[in-house]
Amino acid sequence: MTSPVVENPSVMLGVHGLNKVYTGRGEPVEAIADLSFEISAGELVCVVGPSGAGKTTLLRCLAGLLPATAGDVRLAGQAVSDPPTGMAVVFQEYGRSLFPWLTVAQNVELPLREKGLPKARRKELVRETLEAVGLGDATASYPWQLSGGMQQRVAIARAAAYEPQVLLMDEPFAAVDAQTRFDLEDLVRSLWSRLGVTVVFVTHDIDEAIYLGERVLVLSGRPTVLLEDVRVGLGDDRSQLETRATPEFTRLRTHVYELVQAAKRGARSVTDAHLTH
Amino acid sequence: MSTPKTPGSAAGGLRTTDRLAAGLLWLVALPTVLVAAWWFGSASSDNYINPPLADVVAAFVPTWFGEPGTPFADSRVAVDIVPSVLRLMAGYAVALVGGIAAGVLIGSSRALRAFVEPVLEFFRAVPPPILVPVLMLFLGIGDTMKVVVIAFGCVWPILLNTVEGVRALDPVLRDTARIYRLGPWARVRKLVLPGASPQIVTGARQALSIGIILMVIGEMFAARDGLGFSIVQFQRSFAIPEMWGGVVVLGLLGLLLSLTFRVASDAILAWYHGYQRAQRGGA
Repeated sequence: MTSPVVENPSVMLGVHGLNKVYTGRGEPVEAIADLSFEISAGELVCVVGPSGAGKTTLLRCLAGLLPATAGDVRLAGQAVSDPPTGMAVVFQEYGRSLFPWLTVAQNVELPLREKGLPKARRKELVRETLEAVGLGDATASYPWQLSGGMQQRVAIARAAAYEPQVLLMDEPFAAVDAQTRFDLEDLVRSLWSRLGVTVVFVTHDIDEAIYLGERVLVLSGRPTVLLEDVRVGLGDDRSQLETRATPEFTRLRTHVYELVQAAKRGARSVTDAHLTH
Repeated sequence: MSTPKTPGSAAGGLRTTDRLAAGLLWLVALPTVLVAAWWFGSASSDNYINPPLADVVAAFVPTWFGEPGTPFADSRVAVDIVPSVLRLMAGYAVALVGGIAAGVLIGSSRALRAFVEPVLEFFRAVPPPILVPVLMLFLGIGDTMKVVVIAFGCVWPILLNTVEGVRALDPVLRDTARIYRLGPWARVRKLVLPGASPQIVTGARQALSIGIILMVIGEMFAARDGLGFSIVQFQRSFAIPEMWGGVVVLGLLGLLLSLTFRVASDAILAWYHGYQRAQRGGA
């Protein structure tokens, strides 16, 4: 074990010199060149980038599902090598991340059981979180009896009930329809502010990233570096209609959009990007 | 909310009864025709190999339940059928437990799979009946030999299907289990076994019919009791109506076992059938 790096104690998730090279059959592929950033406790940070920017690779490294080739990921100062306690993940494939042989309530309860929570507390958490995501009366259903958006709500409830320090979300709304997506975005915001959890939200949707995040990390194309760490000054109270109509939102949207377009052309720094404003 | 059933829907009730009756009729139609064909086709037969069905029926109850007044413990049901079924159940249970346990282990490890695969393929290719004379040398002709033969024949479809089922587990579900830090035991119980259960049930169904065949074969070679033994005895002593009765008993036993199996597997796979319907319905 390496000794914990001396870092700001408010840093919840620290990524230092992260590098990931896939060595399978054939040529090794460098997915992530060199990534460093820090996320403070209680922040909601979105990660965007062009498709194939290694977003999912980054998230899997953060989650401890994939070992880094070099550099490290630290959760509250502890190096992450396996999925750590205190971390939950919501995957894009809601239909495949819920156990189809368990009911909605059992799906939410299973991780709590593994955590060793007493039965009464488990029942309480299951009821509370399912009510919070608007599924208080679907507890006895099976996930496949629900619509896609509702299934993703179950996955979010499962993650929230787990009471993680860090919640990772991997393009969680990419496969739900647009209107459902707005509702789910607001759900994430409200859970985040209520639970005080640190959230890392990976998405390919620029508007979604700005609407949700306190910060937006814009990634370059492969092999990935950090193009820019964009601060989002949209305040705490956000609404789908008003926030998205503010000049600040439009400015950020243009800025991030140009960065992503530049990343697609191969830009590897903000100076490369030749922004128009 | 579904509309509550009102007394006014009596016509609908009648219709369902009609439909049930029609379904039942459809179900028994072919067996009735076949039995009738056998009955009339053999009625005037004086070929001793093909006795009138009436003789087979007349011999049936005395053969299997004894003459009136015979205690049940002395009837052929108790002396021959029950031991056969018990051996089948024992061999099948051993194969289920062993096949699923080994299948989970082998399916979970790529290295182990590569290591044992050639051997598995070899053993699977050995026709189990050939083991009867071989095992007789080691285990005699007692119950152990017959149970081992049944277990050996049944274990392969269960084992290989379990391996396939475990391999085919969804990687997203595996990741989910890792993220929520399921322990090894919880992984097996909550992820691996239910996830592989559709394939395990398929293997178990194949194994059941193999088991019945091996039950009979084991008893035909060398035995002191059992269904296969009885049928061979009848044939050798030219008790032809009784022999035919034995064949019917075997058929009925197989039918009963497969119905029981279907009830059990429908209960285990209720989620799977719903899941598949939902997938096909397309969302």
